[in-house]
Amino acid sequence: MTEAHKFVDIRHAQKAYGDLEVLKDISLTVDRGEIVAIIGPSGSGKSTLLRAINDLDSLTGGEVWLDGVQINKDLPYRQYEKHINAMRQQVGMVFQHFNLFPHLSVRDNVTMAPKLLKGLSDKEADKLAEEQLNHVGMLERIDYYPSQLSGGQKQRVAIARALAMQPKLMLFDEATSALDPELVEEVNLVMKRLAEEHMTMIIVTHEMDFAASVCDRVIFMDKGVVVEQGPPSVVFQNPTEERTKEFLRKHLAQHHAQNAAEAAALTAAQTNEGAK
Amino acid sequence: MGLDFTVVPAYLDTILIGVLWTIAITVCAALLSFFGGILFAVIALYAPWFLRLPVRLFAWLFMGTPLLLQLFLIYFGLVELGIDLPAFVAGVIGLGLHFAVYNSELIQTAILAVDNGQMEAARTLGCSRAQALRKVVIPQAVRDVIPPIGNNMIALLKDSALVSVIGVSELTLSSQLAIGRTYRPFEFYAVAAVFYYVVNLGMEAVMRRIERKTSLSR
Repeated sequence: MTEAHKFVDIRHAQKAYGDLEVLKDISLTVDRGEIVAIIGPSGSGKSTLLRAINDLDSLTGGEVWLDGVQINKDLPYRQYEKHINAMRQQVGMVFQHFNLFPHLSVRDNVTMAPKLLKGLSDKEADKLAEEQLNHVGMLERIDYYPSQLSGGQKQRVAIARALAMQPKLMLFDEATSALDPELVEEVNLVMKRLAEEHMTMIIVTHEMDFAASVCDRVIFMDKGVVVEQGPPSVVFQNPTEERTKEFLRKHLAQHHAQNAAEAAALTAAQTNEGAK
Repeated sequence: MGLDFTVVPAYLDTILIGVLWTIAITVCAALLSFFGGILFAVIALYAPWFLRLPVRLFAWLFMGTPLLLQLFLIYFGLVELGIDLPAFVAGVIGLGLHFAVYNSELIQTAILAVDNGQMEAARTLGCSRAQALRKVVIPQAVRDVIPPIGNNMIALLKDSALVSVIGVSELTLSSQLAIGRTYRPFEFYAVAAVFYYVVNLGMEAVMRRIERKTSLSR
């Protein structure tokens, strides 16, 4: 299927807080079914760009288009609210800190929006919740409250909640950054599964291994611009830009230091164990 | 002449009816103050100025003047404007609005304290701001202020004695009635005090139950 328009089309995106330019004229496109990772140091503008896609952070210049419709249209307030609410229903978002609704059960977290916005009956909504929670392996926790779940479980429910609106596009804003290391994998698995189902995904992440194994394309951002982009094999193994190389070097060093520290701690624990 | 509680049983039915009226007026005023408090809080935070300003003026009036005066105004004062409310209704409105203003202050603070990520999550699903407030933010804010609102409701119960002066025959006025007949103020006021305390215990039990029920959802 050929498309006249790009599925996600960001044109000359600019964002400034006073004199501080966070996004400097960024243009990029994402195809339907494509899985894109955005990496870069903190403060590079990657989260801002992601949040600009569904206008959670408004751009100060430029346009964002989804499937042939402009998201950040210039409309009078009331019309714009209507328009953006309709657009956001098509864009799922997953946050670093989950943002589950603590006063609602897992079931109601998933069904709240479909019931309210799509007029699903209780029965239809229950079926939807069961499907979506089963999909992320959380069906047996359907009547729990978020406070009773681990971080990884919360994030899986948050993904189910976003998917329940049947979005065309999923945005992940450092979805695993707030998780304990041993809980990262269960969330990654759910995301991998979504990737296999050809969900279009834009993933802001610090996890290079995950980006390399799942994504079709990696975008490296620094200081509000896209420095380099390409298939993970090229960006990670053969970057052309000096800034990319430096970032990856630093990141790798950090990674190694962390691993070394963990290994040291493990050895120390074992030594202690042996001394006893 | 010592205390003589043997006069009490003959007036027990009068007193018990007084207790029922006290419970009725407290429950009605509590409900009004609860929902009125939410409404005032939302107006104070989100409504345009032509709604916000009158509500602020109104809150200032209700916080800055004695409740007794407010009851007189509503019951006796409004008659001059052609609004002749039954004493019970005037009492419920006076007590209810008075405490709605205090509840509103609590709820406003709680709404502002709800993590902004909650609003964002609801908006990214496609909810309007009003829907997000109604389904996500306000329920959490209300849940968070249940304990202090409970304290306000206990104050409301005790202040309900004030409506005796506009002629609602609740517990205080019934006791006074019995005293008028028997000239035994200590005995009947003591009995009234015990009944207020018992109703209070009941209310605390209800509040604890509500708190327990919402404890999972934190």
